[in-house]
Amino acid sequence: MHATVCDIIADLVQNSIEAGASQVTLEVSTDPERIGVCIVDNGKGMDEITLKRAMEPFYSEAGKHDHRRVGLGLPFLIQTAEAAGGAVSIQSTPGRGTTVRFHLDAKHWDTPPMGSLAQTVLGLMTFGNTTNLILTRKTPAGSYEISRNDLIDALGNLEESGALILAKEYLESQENDLEQSNLID
Amino acid sequence: MAKLTLDTLRKLREEQQKTMVKRDPSNKDVHVIVGMGTCGIAAGAKDAFNSIIDELDAKGVTNVLVRQTGCMGLCHSEPTVEVIVAGMPGVIYGNVTKDVAKQIVQDHLIGKKLLDNHICDKPAIDIIHK
Repeated sequence: MHATVCDIIADLVQNSIEAGASQVTLEVSTDPERIGVCIVDNGKGMDEITLKRAMEPFYSEAGKHDHRRVGLGLPFLIQTAEAAGGAVSIQSTPGRGTTVRFHLDAKHWDTPPMGSLAQTVLGLMTFGNTTNLILTRKTPAGSYEISRNDLIDALGNLEESGALILAKEYLESQENDLEQSNLID
Repeated sequence: MAKLTLDTLRKLREEQQKTMVKRDPSNKDVHVIVGMGTCGIAAGAKDAFNSIIDELDAKGVTNVLVRQTGCMGLCHSEPTVEVIVAGMPGVIYGNVTKDVAKQIVQDHLIGKKLLDNHICDKPAIDIIHK
């Protein structure tokens, strides 16, 4: 099982990018009771049989890693949701894309810690050359939205360490602001 | 930390790039690639990635190219980090903790010396692009 909710998010968004998505929207909503995540991509999608297999451990799509089949991303999610009083739904259409939704009970013993969303999203912005990742972040006291295209527009090549350093500061400042706003409320 | 706007970000980047032009441009052919498949994530590759960025920031190095990739086929040695520096052999480091990641920046990227004790084999044959 992954150590944090952000590790699960990283794994799932990578699946979307590796499915050839040109756009991935990641919505993360948190409040004291609930953690909700929705990932929508326009990648190649899966038919019913492939989707069923993808939810089982050790299934990995042919061509990804032909001699090593890890295939634990979705099973880890399902295991975590079942253990942490949550639920998962996955819809997929071949040629159109996939939507993964899950929520966890934020107060459950077995819910993993959130982890750093800023650092996770920063890394995902460098994974895959052309996918536009759009993050929508919501909490009771505030929200923000940022996309890879926005950051490239402001910073240039996101792979340059200078751009990454500033992108990290930007994302952390958004998360810190939300944390402060929610504490005041 | 005050909340940054995209306009502020743009201005900071412009200032940073002016400073970069005056410094040694030899880092522009340096690539650092952090493996971030399920195995990498589970082994703590995010810490390695963040440690590399933090150390580059601390050393004022702003033009090294850093990115994440999927599984590199060395699941037994995760976290793995590939480093490509012009004029040096391309290597993949294994078992890269936060401290080893810092050392990679200090010794390999800046000092131009390999960390012999952490070098892994090359990527698995099935993921080498033809």
